Amino acid sequence: MEHATILSGFGGQGLLFAGQVLAHAAMLEDRHVSWLPSYGPEMRGGTASCTVIVSDLPIGSPVVDVADVVIALNPPSLARFERLLRPGGLLVVNDSLIEAEPSRRDIEVLRIPCSALAREVGDERAISIIALGGAVGRGQLVDPESVRRSLTEGAKGGEAAVSRNLRAFTLGLERAAAVSV
Amino acid sequence: MTATIPAAPSRPRLMKGNEAMADAAIEAGCDAYFGYPITPQAELLERMARRMPELGRVFVQAESEIGAINMGLGAAATGAKVLVSTSSPGMSLMAEAMSYMAGSELPILLINVMRGGPGLGSIGPSQSDYFQATKGHGHGDYRVPVLAPASIAEAVALVADGFEIAARYRTPVILLADGIMGQAMEPVVPEYRTPIWDTKGWELTGAAGRAPRVVRSLHLFPEELERHNIQLQAKYAAIAERETRWAGEELDDAEIVIVAYGTAARVARTAIERARAGGLRAGLFRPISLWPFPSRALAAVAANARAMVVVELSAGQMVEDVRLAVDRTPVFFHGRTGGMVPTPREVVDRLRIAWALTGARA
Repeated sequence: MEHATILSGFGGQGLLFAGQVLAHAAMLEDRHVSWLPSYGPEMRGGTASCTVIVSDLPIGSPVVDVADVVIALNPPSLARFERLLRPGGLLVVNDSLIEAEPSRRDIEVLRIPCSALAREVGDERAISIIALGGAVGRGQLVDPESVRRSLTEGAKGGEAAVSRNLRAFTLGLERAAAVSV
Repeated sequence: MTATIPAAPSRPRLMKGNEAMADAAIEAGCDAYFGYPITPQAELLERMARRMPELGRVFVQAESEIGAINMGLGAAATGAKVLVSTSSPGMSLMAEAMSYMAGSELPILLINVMRGGPGLGSIGPSQSDYFQATKGHGHGDYRVPVLAPASIAEAVALVADGFEIAARYRTPVILLADGIMGQAMEPVVPEYRTPIWDTKGWELTGAAGRAPRVVRSLHLFPEELERHNIQLQAKYAAIAERETRWAGEELDDAEIVIVAYGTAARVARTAIERARAGGLRAGLFRPISLWPFPSRALAAVAANARAMVVVELSAGQMVEDVRLAVDRTPVFFHGRTGGMVPTPREVVDRLRIAWALTGARA
């Protein structure tokens, strides 16, 4: 089974990090994985994205033309990546910044107020980890425990950062469980 | 020789291609690194900047790519194990020194993480330096072995192989990657090896107590220069005989064979999966050494195929070597340029076209 996730939003929202956390978690499960950042002429405050593929078999193209999960943290990301979702795929939307309704009717949509929850956690950059929690809770990409291990093992910034990220991840997971789609 | 992409490793580390190649060079005993920052290979230089001084080895960020490669030339003449890395526009600046090193028979490993061209182009991934890498960068009758990884784990292995080939044949070696191989992260089991590095007494170390040695590319007498060229050509023939590498995937029953290297080979793998799910039996022939090109092996594979489809991140460069290698099998091409990457869907479409336009193999 192969799963492609696109994480997209503003540069500085921590989504490259969240993608690495997902990739690392899948690696801890002994699965094949690739992580590819957009590295085009992006600027501060512009859009950035990364693609994470998790598979039981060696991975082909690290660039995808069909995604199973799209995490969109700002309006331009929604506009750009929604169309890549396969029918039945999962779209995680940052409800705090995106007012528009997704145009697709053949996908599952999970709206999470990621920015508001991140302020609750006390770190603006937790936005992406919250959204990742939503995706993992709903999309069965990896075991949530693998993500917690990844957040703990791969930590930069000390214990405070680890506990903030763990809390952010749990908030996202809870939203995925609580919100009816 | 064939190789396959390694299975999911047991105790892997998630590594970015550029950093993994830098670490591989360090673990291979790289003595000196020279470079100049350019996207999409900058993290390679950054990692060397941090780690080489810690190890008491040489790191120089030169004033330009021309400076970097000529510093590399000088260091290589002392027998040092030298790495230089750059991306496409920088590679063009290094062309003159490549010719001088080929003429002087100096071993060096040069990594080109290709980006879109021509000119300053874009920073997106590309394979449009195939002609440059395989047909010649500078002037004169010379060849340079070119190795092309299709995964980060393979890039790590090819760094050590590249150093070894460089020393064994006293030649520059190019490791030809692209922006995706440089920027992506994949699991790598850090199993490094130390390449055999024997300079056999040609290196310049100071002539105190012994006869002076000469390392140069200048031979003013035509008779002498021709003798030198004949010897170089014999060396290239030996490399072509011994150092040809390729890998095959799902070739046994393949009716249509994709020929692709590096990132294009990865896209091809996804396309092959989808094509097979739709009943079209496709397989992959993946050159790992671009020079020497695995022509003989490709010809044998082509003899059993209904059609070949070459996929590149270029307007069509390797496809010329494929056409030279295969006899009567029709050769189709699909490529994207400028930093764009072919999608699996596009490749499957091309496979279907190739199928429709050709007959079954008798």
